[in-house]
Amino acid sequence: MEITQILHNLVFDYTLRTVALGSAILGIVSGSLGVFAVLRRQSLLGDSVSHTALPGIALAFLLTGSKAPLMLIIGAAVAGWVGTLFVLHIISNTPIKADGALGMILSVFFGFGLVLLTLIQKMPNSRQAGLEKFLFGQASALMVQDVVIMAILGGLSLVLLAVLWKEFKLLSFDPEYAVSLGFPTRTITIILTTILVIAVVIGLQTVGVVLMSAMIVAPASAARQWTDRLGGMVLLSGLFGVMAGVSGAVISSLTAKLPTGPTIVLCISVIVIVSILFAPNRGLVMRAGRNYRNRQRLITDAILLDLYELGVQHHDPYHAHPSSTLKVMSVKRGNILQTLRHLREQQLVAESGDDNWSLTVSGVEKARALADRAEEKA
Amino acid sequence: MSHNESLYAVDVADLTVAYRDKPVLWDIDMQVPTGVLMAIIGPNGAGKTTLIKSILGLIKPAAGQVLIFGRPYDQQRHEVGYVPQRGSVDWDFPTSVLDVVMMGRYGALGWIRRPGSKERQKALEALNKVGMADFAGRQISQLSGGQQQRVFLARALVQEASVYFMDEPFQGVDAKTERAIIVILQELRSSGKTVVVVHHDLQTIPEYFDWVTLLNVRRIASGPVAEVFTEDNLRSAYGGLVAFKSQAGTVNSNNMK
Repeated sequence: MEITQILHNLVFDYTLRTVALGSAILGIVSGSLGVFAVLRRQSLLGDSVSHTALPGIALAFLLTGSKAPLMLIIGAAVAGWVGTLFVLHIISNTPIKADGALGMILSVFFGFGLVLLTLIQKMPNSRQAGLEKFLFGQASALMVQDVVIMAILGGLSLVLLAVLWKEFKLLSFDPEYAVSLGFPTRTITIILTTILVIAVVIGLQTVGVVLMSAMIVAPASAARQWTDRLGGMVLLSGLFGVMAGVSGAVISSLTAKLPTGPTIVLCISVIVIVSILFAPNRGLVMRAGRNYRNRQRLITDAILLDLYELGVQHHDPYHAHPSSTLKVMSVKRGNILQTLRHLREQQLVAESGDDNWSLTVSGVEKARALADRAEEKA
Repeated sequence: MSHNESLYAVDVADLTVAYRDKPVLWDIDMQVPTGVLMAIIGPNGAGKTTLIKSILGLIKPAAGQVLIFGRPYDQQRHEVGYVPQRGSVDWDFPTSVLDVVMMGRYGALGWIRRPGSKERQKALEALNKVGMADFAGRQISQLSGGQQQRVFLARALVQEASVYFMDEPFQGVDAKTERAIIVILQELRSSGKTVVVVHHDLQTIPEYFDWVTLLNVRRIASGPVAEVFTEDNLRSAYGGLVAFKSQAGTVNSNNMK
């Protein structure tokens, strides 16, 4: 399909417009707030919130008999919040570590949620159909009023993030120092956790309980690759979330029966992979390139030094030697002839006759400088 | 607020801290007069860091009380500056040197208010003081250990406190940086501030400090270096492991009598 056609649909196709908008909101909120979960090394918190939200959804339905999205979201938020406070309480008051506490609470709540869902399905009542969609999400069922709720809650969390920016930054970087300055870190942690719960809950209907944590962790991890500033990281992470949300919505609209939630997660995964590989400073490809260049430099330096050393022994810095002599001086020099040719291009060595190598004037200078520096270090 | 001259900068009374059942600090009494540069020394596990953290309210003691200039810590936060161990944070955190130093002003700013040009100015001055002015815009992961330590020191300096607590500020720092840091600490002392430092190197105690507390779960001794930095006290604190005694420049207890 033409790109203009896609843009046209994004604006005029009611379903696609709603789904894309909802996914974009979900992306920007979970992306921005996920940064703090990742930086505080609590990436699993997203997982915990989303899984513990499930029994809340089921209970909200059982108690109110209504499938109104606002009711279910409130149920999810309360359960997610309670579960997460349990986790934080266990971490700070027992010897159990964060991963253990998260694992415990997550599975207990999620299991309970599944039990309730099964119970609901067995009830002789036709209204209950559809709660399972919270497991894997069903973006195509998003209504305008859902998106409005998402926008209000999401906007609220982003405003809180902006207002308490300084506190969240301090808490994430150096919580003990924050205490010494008089900040109630417990309260700040609870506020931060609460808006993280909101971020997760507004995504449940779209992406689902099982995959929602990806939307918390992945955009932030990708953003960290590109920037060294917290502000930049939050903006970029939000942007990545939006990109994944909208492209996931569009791609799934182009193919029949392609579920939106998982497609969004696949999109953010692509962004993560590209970031991990190709980011300018931290990317693996750039790093490998830098390592390779460094190694090459070390090898050429070593060969220059060897030639210099030989020259000193012969009391003639320009004394020529065959490459085989250099070869026996050390084992780890790689392809010596190739390096020598490379040095010849830089006019640091000269080849006289067949395979007879000597330093040039600038080569001697460079080697002497290297030798001096080596001596200084020792 | 002007401090009552007779008041101790730090007054610790009957402080006991326990991790579960094991006492880490036992019935500590310690008075630090205003305007001294004091080292807290003791073997590993003696509770040096715990003592500082309990004074700062980071660890809840089982018993005892801490007064800063005669009042509880809660009322005196603005008088206290803190340099934690540099290993206590993630130096790969996405932020700049200047940003970290400005965090020292967060307490004075209180909730919500953002640091502005005034805070920026103070942070730059402090960075200049510790010789890190050129690094203001640097990402913190690019710093060496000594540079990290100086950034933490600058962050405490902008707190403009009266008492400073520093947890091993010389750890993993080269000799040049150590000199630079001790000069700053001595400047703080001469401007009337009180500085309490968890320290490891016994050799430098007489040269750097004028007050010392020896700790090993219990308080062994606390007072002027000339009086309490003795072989006897060191032996009580460190057990038989004081082979450094003569080079350490301790006061010979026999001569004292």
